[in-house]
Amino acid sequence: MRYDTVIIGGGLSGLMSGIALARAGQQVAIISAGQSALHFSSGSFELYGGAEHPLEGIATLPAEHPYQKLGVERVAHYAEQTQELLREAGIQTTGSTARNHYRFTPIGMVKPAWLSLADYTPLESADALPWRRVLVANLEGYLDFFPSFVSAGLARLGVESSVATISLPQLEHLRKSTTEMRATNIARILEGDVLRALAEALNERVGDAEAILMPAVVGLKSDKAMFELREQVSVPICFLPTMPASVPGVRTQLTLSSYFQQLGGAYLIGDNVVRGNFEDGRLVSVRSNNHEDVEFRADNFIIATGSFFSHGLVAETNRIVEPIFGLDVEADEQRTQWYAKDLYARQPYMSYGLRSDDRFRPMIEGRPIENLYAVGSILAGQRAIEEGTGGGVATTTALYVADLILNR
Amino acid sequence: MNKHNNISPNGFEQCIKCTICTVYCPMTAVNPDYPGPKQAGPDGERYRLKKPLFYDEALKYCLNCKRCEVACPSNVRIGDIIQAARIKYSKHSPKLRDVILANTDFMGTVATTMAPIVNATLRLKPVKHVMDAVLAIDHHRTFPSYASQRFETWYRKEAAAKQAEYPKQVSYFHGCYANYNNPQLGKDLVKVLNALGYGVQLLEKERCCGVAKISNGLVEAARRDAKRNLSAIRQAVAEGREVVATSSTCTFTIRDEYPHLLGLENDDVRSQISLATRFIYRLIEERKAKLVFRKDFRLRVAYHTACHIERMGWSIYSTSLLRMIPGIEWLPLESQCCGIAGTYGFKRENYNFSQAIGEKLFQRIKELNPDVVSTDCETCKWQIEMSTSVPVENPISILARALDEEATREANGVK
Repeated sequence: MRYDTVIIGGGLSGLMSGIALARAGQQVAIISAGQSALHFSSGSFELYGGAEHPLEGIATLPAEHPYQKLGVERVAHYAEQTQELLREAGIQTTGSTARNHYRFTPIGMVKPAWLSLADYTPLESADALPWRRVLVANLEGYLDFFPSFVSAGLARLGVESSVATISLPQLEHLRKSTTEMRATNIARILEGDVLRALAEALNERVGDAEAILMPAVVGLKSDKAMFELREQVSVPICFLPTMPASVPGVRTQLTLSSYFQQLGGAYLIGDNVVRGNFEDGRLVSVRSNNHEDVEFRADNFIIATGSFFSHGLVAETNRIVEPIFGLDVEADEQRTQWYAKDLYARQPYMSYGLRSDDRFRPMIEGRPIENLYAVGSILAGQRAIEEGTGGGVATTTALYVADLILNR
Repeated sequence: MNKHNNISPNGFEQCIKCTICTVYCPMTAVNPDYPGPKQAGPDGERYRLKKPLFYDEALKYCLNCKRCEVACPSNVRIGDIIQAARIKYSKHSPKLRDVILANTDFMGTVATTMAPIVNATLRLKPVKHVMDAVLAIDHHRTFPSYASQRFETWYRKEAAAKQAEYPKQVSYFHGCYANYNNPQLGKDLVKVLNALGYGVQLLEKERCCGVAKISNGLVEAARRDAKRNLSAIRQAVAEGREVVATSSTCTFTIRDEYPHLLGLENDDVRSQISLATRFIYRLIEERKAKLVFRKDFRLRVAYHTACHIERMGWSIYSTSLLRMIPGIEWLPLESQCCGIAGTYGFKRENYNFSQAIGEKLFQRIKELNPDVVSTDCETCKWQIEMSTSVPVENPISILARALDEEATREANGVK
């Protein structure tokens, strides 16, 4: 099969590259080994969490960081473009590249964020909440949300709260199976009449609260039900992320992959690319499990297979490898150097990833592959959790690489 | 066992409990009594390995659609784990109804000999209600019509003698559906492959692929059929012929369920068993053959991705071929289960689940109102035709209709 560009990995970075290329008229295929880490996403994305003004903070990152390869101007440009493309795909976000907003987390903390989905309420400040009194509402039998953490966090910031557990008869059947009382299963039921029943129950319990904080269990395939519920309830609702799978995260994945397909892209899921065929420093084609000897040929390839969690990197007994092509990996040699014994200390393995040149082309034995690019969390030099850079690196590197390919 | 990494063949210890599979399970979405693929699969397996009494009969709700496996980021064969557990631990023995539904080839042989009577009888309301009451086959369902002449019979009379004229040869696994219910599909395949320069041979004593027997608990019978089929396939491959099928489920069963569920290794021939659309797509892509289409052909087509072709990842071949036809207006459908899952939806106790699962698909098809829905699976065809009234055709049949047969034969140097 022949495409202009073949992308390996169908998560946030692979999809953003794919959308940018397909809307510019390229024939693009994305091959994805199952569903992506977007399913674990809170629904807020970080550009840089270490400073109020992310672009200023980025300048302080070490030279090997993907942002430093991009340079601050490009980071700013592609960060803006991210928000536009998300909007175009049908995903509404709040937030700006110039200045972080804050989000209230499900364990009652306040954290910086760059873009948040419409489900969430962006906060102006880390030290003060816009409410004096709120209702924390949970659904009876839902075990993946912890109102007491939320209340404790609210109390620390001087906000009074009461907790309400809402019982809906329409959820009773689902409750019988504790393993299936999950955010995504609940979201399937909370539509139409059931949603109206929930709104009524919330209105009855709201009292003098100025807002309702509740788990993000509304609107799986589109955000329609989420907005409907807000309309039907007398005070603003601030949704809070839940344990995975995340309803807003799944929705983001489905919206992006469906937009990519609308643009003519081929989204091939449940398949593993197993090897590449190289000629004179170029990747000519790749083979996958499903398609056996029918190869995917393309002018350009992008590897967006993620870090350890998504198996883009694999830790073997004594080495860390990129399993498809055996690309060069930046990592310490000795296993004992990979981790720090103190769980909360800086963990070296978190910054491991693909060695790449200034155009994010990964290498084999120190030589960049001419038409292969790496994007997102597989790139070396980032400490996504510590820095608060995961979402931003995923989308800005993806969009930059798409431009490099289009301008070749 | 992958000894190097201590990974079992079904990958069950690779499960990181992420729950992504449950998001994409069509049964979980409509039936809270089903424990969900994570719980029914790798989670439950840990307990069952300790003590079989942990087996939960609610695993019977699993459709075996394998959409959990497509979604799994860790390559766990969740559907296989569930099916294997049913085979190993279920105490439920097949009812008469299950035996009737599972023996598609025996029933087909009997029914085709008396097709007009059988078809008319099975359509009668009182008969449907008796079947519902006595056999628990849901009265909403109409059995697919049986043909009065089997594909095999037609082939021997009308086609067999001419096949040797073609320079290249393939073997066709027609399956029960093309043989007993829709011989036209088999004829269409012969027409298309002949025009491309390929003679079509039948397999020696083809049996049912066995999918209905596996899902109805008749595993030993399925294994006997599977062994017979594998031996016929080996013979064809040894004689230099690839094997093609027009049913995505037959293809999937022979390639993947034989080794994964029946314990029958097929490594030596697996890559030689293909779906007809994949076989033809490759010929076109490798410039080994050309398709020429009629200029006056017009059709609005919506393509439905059946679960087992989704699992194989092969819908791209069917859709790419169909989209080569210039007169086609292409109406994409989101890949989702239609709810029938083979014989599953014929059973009275499953009827409501089947329809609830397919509801959004049916709505979407009605909105698009295409001339025809195309799919590679025969049971999806029955389900969609019953639930939407839109006719459903295999891509090969659409290809055969759109083909300019004379021009194609000429383009491929066939007399």
